[in-house]
Amino acid sequence: MTAVVVSGAGRVFDGGSGAGTVALTDVDLTVGEGELVSLIGPSGCGKSTLLRLIADLDAPTSGSVAVFGKTAERARKDQDYGIAFQQAGLLPWRSVRANVELPMQLRGAGGLSGRAERAARSAELLALVGLTDFADHRPHQLSGGMQQRVAIARALARSPRLLLMDEPFGALDEMTRERLQDELLRIRAATGAAVVFVTHSIAEAVYLSDRVVVMSPRPGRVVATLDVPLGGPADRVARGIGLREDPAYFERVSAVREVLHSGDAASDRVSS
Amino acid sequence: MAGAAGVLLLGFGWEGYKAAAPDDGLVLGGVRVLPRTTDAAMPHLWDLAASAGEPVSSAAGAPPLWLVTLRGAGSSLVLATAGWVCGVLVGLLLAVVMARLARARAVLLPWVVLSQVVPLIAVAPLVARPDSADGQPWVPVVAIASYLAFFPVSIGALRGFTAPDDDRGGLYVDLFRSFGVGWWSGFWRLRLPASVPYLLPALRLAAANAVAGTIVAEVYTGLPGGLGRLIVDFGASAAADPARQWSPLLGAILVGLATTLVLAGAATGLRRYRPGEAR
Ligand SMILES: Nc1ncnc2c1ncn2[C@@H]1O[C@H](COP(=O)(O)OP(=O)(O)OP(=O)(O)O)[C@@H](O)[C@H]1O
Ligand SMILES: [Mg+2]
Repeated sequence: MTAVVVSGAGRVFDGGSGAGTVALTDVDLTVGEGELVSLIGPSGCGKSTLLRLIADLDAPTSGSVAVFGKTAERARKDQDYGIAFQQAGLLPWRSVRANVELPMQLRGAGGLSGRAERAARSAELLALVGLTDFADHRPHQLSGGMQQRVAIARALARSPRLLLMDEPFGALDEMTRERLQDELLRIRAATGAAVVFVTHSIAEAVYLSDRVVVMSPRPGRVVATLDVPLGGPADRVARGIGLREDPAYFERVSAVREVLHSGDAASDRVSS
Repeated sequence: MAGAAGVLLLGFGWEGYKAAAPDDGLVLGGVRVLPRTTDAAMPHLWDLAASAGEPVSSAAGAPPLWLVTLRGAGSSLVLATAGWVCGVLVGLLLAVVMARLARARAVLLPWVVLSQVVPLIAVAPLVARPDSADGQPWVPVVAIASYLAFFPVSIGALRGFTAPDDDRGGLYVDLFRSFGVGWWSGFWRLRLPASVPYLLPALRLAAANAVAGTIVAEVYTGLPGGLGRLIVDFGASAAADPARQWSPLLGAILVGLATTLVLAGAATGLRRYRPGEAR
């Protein structure tokens, strides 16, 4: 079964006076089970809007979105996906552990009822993101990179088969960013979850993805989809730095860059 | 420590002003801008202290003034607390309804604000009809205290409950939506804890309002036992004993201190919910 099927989706925001903003138009996107797909494109091309449609945080004005064969709303209510944003968004009054346990505690969300059950699960997740020693810290005692790792652990709390990420490493320095990219690949290998990953970084998109979806603004649309045949997540982690210096990797980076720039030119022609 | 220093400073200020300013205060253009300092208007602190030890009446076994004042303060504190609790409950309830339903907010909020425009003097006779002998005599006092207390709570709590809507572009609200849970889960786990920084000052304001409302209502209804009644009684005999008039005032300060202390304790207990403080 496919994780996500977006067909002919459009989203127009009313500007109040007649002509609204066309944030997305006629977008088709399929994300297979366990696949990692990046959305890349210049600011304002509708990446976040598309992610929010999949997450049912927003509804399309045309077309449809299916997640694991259900409506996006049903999938959200079934907690079929976990989500992480550019800002970690941890609750400052909760410890790191309690933040990770938050989605498990909520009633009506099929939460894990037992305390012990939750504690075991949060310990497992904190080990996965390497924060076991910080379980009892409060979010403000953590660096930005560590907070983001907590947010990812929280997104994984209910073992979702789909992870939605909107520039999760966007606010981090280059070093931390590369470390977390490797971490995400490891998490992928361990959980087998499909990932939709929004980013501004070509290198990041290529390094992480099975496929890169290039988008273009005014109106927001998909201009190209590029395959990235660099091996599965486990392979990539094993190769580490070697992969970042592989000619095949560079070739894919150049290919994405070319499409991105031709997309710019196309939209310039449209707008002028 | 700081509290004790403040009381001491107030004492020095009182005696210093009494010594320095002219007996008739300061009158500018027919308006008295500084109060009189005669012994009738501002007794010496030691006269106040002496008067506190004297019995309140010539009857045999009459209790000393300090004890009467303390009992009055206790009685007013109980009523103010009752008024505060009722006011806080009503305020929270209104805030929850307004936070939950945008339409209810549009309808209720103007009335909540309007309720405080009506002066207490206009409300008191409606609640406290001296002719109606039925019911408990303290009910109108509590009602007036809670009428003044509910307002800051409803406004502060509403502000707090809706704070996550604006925080980081609605990030937290989106997050809870992604958990697929209902509004009430979000209320208990997100909106209520996030409201604490707004709620604490509102609870303090409500306490101050409840104390003031209680005493004013006691004066109005003449309810025996409280500080308000002492103000009436001692005011009637002011000529004979000017120092006595000050005792209900000190009693009111005591009541205020007690509520402040309790709420400071609550604030300490809730400090993990307050950003930017030692957690
Ligand atoms: N709530 C909204 N109301 C009105 N317009 C919106 C809203 N959200 C997004 N838009 C518009 O939709 C378009 C796409 O926005 P979106 O946030 O999806 O872009 P993005 O690709 O994520 O950009 P960035 O890379 O800067 O995050 C923009 O023109 C934006 O102004
Ligand atoms: Mg965005």
